[in-house]
Formats: sequence, structure tokens, C-alpha cells
Amino acid sequence: MDYAIYFFNDLLKIFALVIPVLISVAMIVWVDRRVWGAVQLRKGPNVVGPFGLFQTLADALKYIFKEVIIPVRANKVIFVIAPIVTMSLALVSWAVIPFSESLVVADINVGILYIFAVSSLGVYGIIMAGWASNSKYPFLGALRSAAQMVSYEVSIGLIIINVLLCAGSLNLKDIVLAQKNIWFAIPLFPMFVIFFISALAETNRPPFDLPEAEAELVAGYQTEYSGMMYALFWLGEYANILLMCGLGTILFLGGWLSPIDVYPFNAIPGPIWFIFKILLLFFLFAMVKAIVPRYRYDQLMRLGWKIFLPFSLFWVVLTSAFLYFFNLLPA
Amino acid sequence: MNLKTSRLLKTVFLSEFVKSLYLAFIYIFKRRATVNYPFEKGSISPRFRGEHALRRYPDGEERCIACKLCEAVCPAQAITIEAEPRADGSRRTTRYDIDMLKCIYCGLCQESCPVDAIVQGPNFEFATETREELYYNKEKLMENGDKWEKELAHNIRVDKSFR
Repeated sequence: MDYAIYFFNDLLKIFALVIPVLISVAMIVWVDRRVWGAVQLRKGPNVVGPFGLFQTLADALKYIFKEVIIPVRANKVIFVIAPIVTMSLALVSWAVIPFSESLVVADINVGILYIFAVSSLGVYGIIMAGWASNSKYPFLGALRSAAQMVSYEVSIGLIIINVLLCAGSLNLKDIVLAQKNIWFAIPLFPMFVIFFISALAETNRPPFDLPEAEAELVAGYQTEYSGMMYALFWLGEYANILLMCGLGTILFLGGWLSPIDVYPFNAIPGPIWFIFKILLLFFLFAMVKAIVPRYRYDQLMRLGWKIFLPFSLFWVVLTSAFLYFFNLLPA
Repeated sequence: MNLKTSRLLKTVFLSEFVKSLYLAFIYIFKRRATVNYPFEKGSISPRFRGEHALRRYPDGEERCIACKLCEAVCPAQAITIEAEPRADGSRRTTRYDIDMLKCIYCGLCQESCPVDAIVQGPNFEFATETREELYYNKEKLMENGDKWEKELAHNIRVDKSFR
């Protein structure tokens, strides 16, 4: 009986996390399209529901009722599993994201490693999709995607090391609390910029959306997918973007902490600050999508390996040297 | 500062990116170019060549005298006219068909008409669900003329000095 209560308690917690995340994914797609439209002097979706807020739900409904087509030559099992893997991995990482000091599903002390591990696994969904489709465009898209995500994960890893040096903990909650005096975005500003750009590459957003560069690869690894399976990829992608925004908020923008610790600001509850900061970062994501042209593939690789990797490695050395000589290393 | 250094500085400080970000941000607050179509419509020139109509004189007499100039000039051969003298001796059409699917909306029929009978009005929303509905006959064209007379007369008056 005790086990049952424990089990259902956890299940409830998971649902209380996953459902808001899915809803906010739908909303974030709407924000994305609205911002994109606004920059191009368009209106964006504004018909379904108030301000077009339900547009994504209508789209999702459409996807649900569409036929799922599995190509004859496809490896059916992997073909079906791939979008599920992508989607579930994108959601699983949310378990360790702290919305406030107490609002976190799994408060584990290797939170950042967990997120890093799970987001590395995310590339498998894409590779599986590309391979199982048994078609040239998905295959090329998946190859590109795999190379890209692996490359940028390396520099993200080094950036995270910078933050860890300053915070002295792998627990996301402790990382946020270490920013009580000053957000890491200020002393580690170059790292914040590189993290942002790497996050764009990691989530296959423009200007690094080469895996789905429609001019060359139709839709990349999603080419053969249809109906709900396509929608799962799409949801997974946006859940990942949201996660990256959340991670950026936690690592650099002080998570749920208010920007200044004075009365009208610190009275606003933490989760609201957290969501506000995520939205701010996402707004930047959307703006970037609107203004930048797509990178060429060799430029992408050059940026990742020849600039970001050495630079963030150099910054790790610099940070650790600075902290060591001025005796600022966290206990 | 030579070119190479300035380019390097530009790249390192993402100055071009920041500039474009600023520009994009300004554009967010600019007026939208979108016309919310079914609810708002763009303005239409008096010369707009939309759906055809056959007009009447103010006393109710139909203008068309069956001269068949429009039929002759029509490059798509979309117009079919048959004529007969009426009981009062005047020459009128018994049949005036326009195949709206053939029509290329060039406006030559309107220009050739000596009595301003066949005109192309401002209406462009006459999509139908079947092809048959787009084979306009005289009845339909006269009906259009009655329906749009105010706009048609206005357009002809405004555009007269340019003809």
C-alpha cells in the first residue's frame, strides 16, 4: 500500500510537470511564429482563439487525425521508435529543472550531468529516424545532425565546466543559489554568448538548421514522417529548445532568483521569474531565426571545432586560474 | 585600423548581428503590411478588371446593341453572342454568354464596347464550387450589372478623362 501511494505521488508529480511543459511548448510555437511574423511585417497566426493562441492546438489536432504513413522499405520498428525517443528524451530532461527552491521533480546532485547525458542521447532519435527511413534525404539530414550535435555538445560541455568552476556544484539548485550575488552571465559573458549560439546549433535552430535545410534536404530526417509521428518530432524539437532556454536561465541568468533583491522584485514568486527569463531567452531564439541566414556546413563545423572549442577551453583555464589566484574557489 | 582587424573585431563582438537584432526589433513595432483579407480589403483602382457585367440605361433599357465587337476582339474567344431584331425593331442580343474560365480578364471587350454595355466591375470574389457556374449567360450578366451599377457608373465616370 505504501508503495502504491509513493508511486502515485510520483506519477502525479510527473504529470504536474509534463502537462504544463507540453502546453508551454504549444504556446512557444505560437510565440515563435508571431515573433517571426512580426519581424517580417506580417501578423502571424491570429485567427484560432484569442490572438491565435490555439493555433498550435489546432495544428496538433490536424496531425493526430492525419494518416501515419510508414514507407515500405523502412525499418518499421526503428522508424516508429525514433520520434518516441526524441520526444521522451526531450521531456525527460525536465525532471531536474528547478522552477524554484522547492519546485523540482528530481533534486539529484548530478543534475547538470544528467541533462548533458540525456541531451546527448537526443541525437539517437534523429539518427534512428534518418537510418530507418531508408531514403536519401533523411539519411543525409541525420548524418549532418549527428555531426552537428556532437560538435556543439563538446563546446557546451566546456562552457558548463566554466559555470561549475564558479558554482562548485553539479546540482542545478546549488548552481542557481550560487548566483545570489551576481548572475554568471556577467562575469562569464563571452561564455553566455557562446552557450547561446551552441544552444542554437544543439537544437537545430536557424542559422544552424542544416539537418532540415529545405532547399537541399527537403525536410532532413523528418522527410518520410507524417501525421502524429511528425508532430512528435516537432514537439520534441520545441521541448528541447525550451529546455535549452531553461538551462541557459539556470546556468547564466540566475534561474528563479529576481534580478535585484529589493522589495517589489523579490515579492514575485520564483517560478514566474524563471518562466519570464525563459521567455526572454526564447524571444532571442525567435529573433535569431528571423534575422540570420543559414550557415554552410563547413562554416558550421569550423565555428564549432576551430573557434568555440579552443575559446571555451581557454576560458576554462582563465576562469580556473582567476579563481585559484584570487582564492575565490567555491568551498 | 586595417581591414583585417576591423573584420576580426566585427566578428568577435558580433556587431553585425547586434545591429540586425536592433533592426529586427524596430521592425516588430512597425505597421503590419498584412491585410486581414476577408475582413479588410485592399483598395481597388477604378480600372480594375474583375467580374463582367452588362449594364442598362437609367430608364431600364439594356445598353447592348449586339454589335459583336466584344466577341470579335476577345482574344480568348470566351464571348458568344446571338442577336435578333426585337418586336419594336431594335437590335438586341438573344444570347450573351461569357465563359469565365476562358476569359483572361484583358479588358478588351470593355474597351471595344461603343455603348459601355459590357464592363468589368470591381468584384473579384466570384469563385464557385463547380465549373458550370462560371459559364455566365445573359441573365447572370444583367443581374451583375444591376447589382454593381453604382460602382460601375462611378468607375466609368472617374476614368473617363483618361480614355
